[in-house]
Amino acid sequence: MQQNEFIKIVSPFKDKLFRLAKRLLVSTEEAEDATQEVLVKLWTKNETLSELKSIEAMAMTMTKNYCLDQLKSKRAGNLTLVHNNYTDSQASLLQQLEDADSLSWVEKIINELPEQQKLIIQMRDIEQYEYEEIAKILEMNETAVRVALSRARKTIRERITETHNYGIG
Amino acid sequence: MALDNIEKILDKYFEGETSIAEENELKDYFSSSDVAQHLKPYQPIFGYFSQAKEQQFTQEIPLQTKKPNKVMWLSIAASVVMLLGVSTMMYFENNESKQFVACTPEDSPELAFEQTQKALALVSEHLNTGIQSVGYINEYENSKNKIFKK
Repeated sequence: MQQNEFIKIVSPFKDKLFRLAKRLLVSTEEAEDATQEVLVKLWTKNETLSELKSIEAMAMTMTKNYCLDQLKSKRAGNLTLVHNNYTDSQASLLQQLEDADSLSWVEKIINELPEQQKLIIQMRDIEQYEYEEIAKILEMNETAVRVALSRARKTIRERITETHNYGIG
Repeated sequence: MALDNIEKILDKYFEGETSIAEENELKDYFSSSDVAQHLKPYQPIFGYFSQAKEQQFTQEIPLQTKKPNKVMWLSIAASVVMLLGVSTMMYFENNESKQFVACTPEDSPELAFEQTQKALALVSEHLNTGIQSVGYINEYENSKNKIFKK
């Protein structure tokens, strides 16, 4: 496979890889690095690519694995952020957000979900993959995907209505 | 769009039972301007989903063409050089040792004499290097004696 041919195959979904990486890693720079890393890895597999049914699904799985590895090694280092360290500021934060961008508030809620739910929300609600594809990418069964998705959506709803009521009360 | 229909889809949505088409219906509904008051809280969720899809990967894809091949060739070249080096070394060493040809003095006294001389020279040369190092030890002895005058 030639280089420009490869780029042609990759470009329809490279943004999706990037958004998935960003969902997990949060930082734009790290997500860019991860995407490049995955694409280069994909390129080195060049010869076997044409045998694959879906290069996109494969690339998504690679991105997921790469990012989870990154997160694991980051956590293994001693740079852990203890969550309850900043709960105190939550109240004023909510108030700030009441008049701030409500969209970024949704982003914050999603970013606080467990990793698996983050992945599923990203792939279903943002990238609009079918359940079958998500199950394949995450190496899970479809029912488990649906259950996790429902749980994630309900958590988002809960947090959203919480903040909404907070504004009224 | 009938409101109770939207509510029905929304319930299905939270149970994880909606199809892509139904989810798009929700997205359309919440991006419109007339969202029912009690559904307003959900608006940012769907707004965010549409917005999040806009982000793009703008970096270059760093593809080095045939990089693994280059590494392969380099390693082949290195091993060939190594092989050549080792074999020439072996060759010269063999030559040196072949200088001593096996023969008896009866066959050719001159050759035997020459060989013996060579062998003796080799031995004495090695011996000299040994003696040289002994000379250093003597030097130590001398200076030691100078300091600790007996």
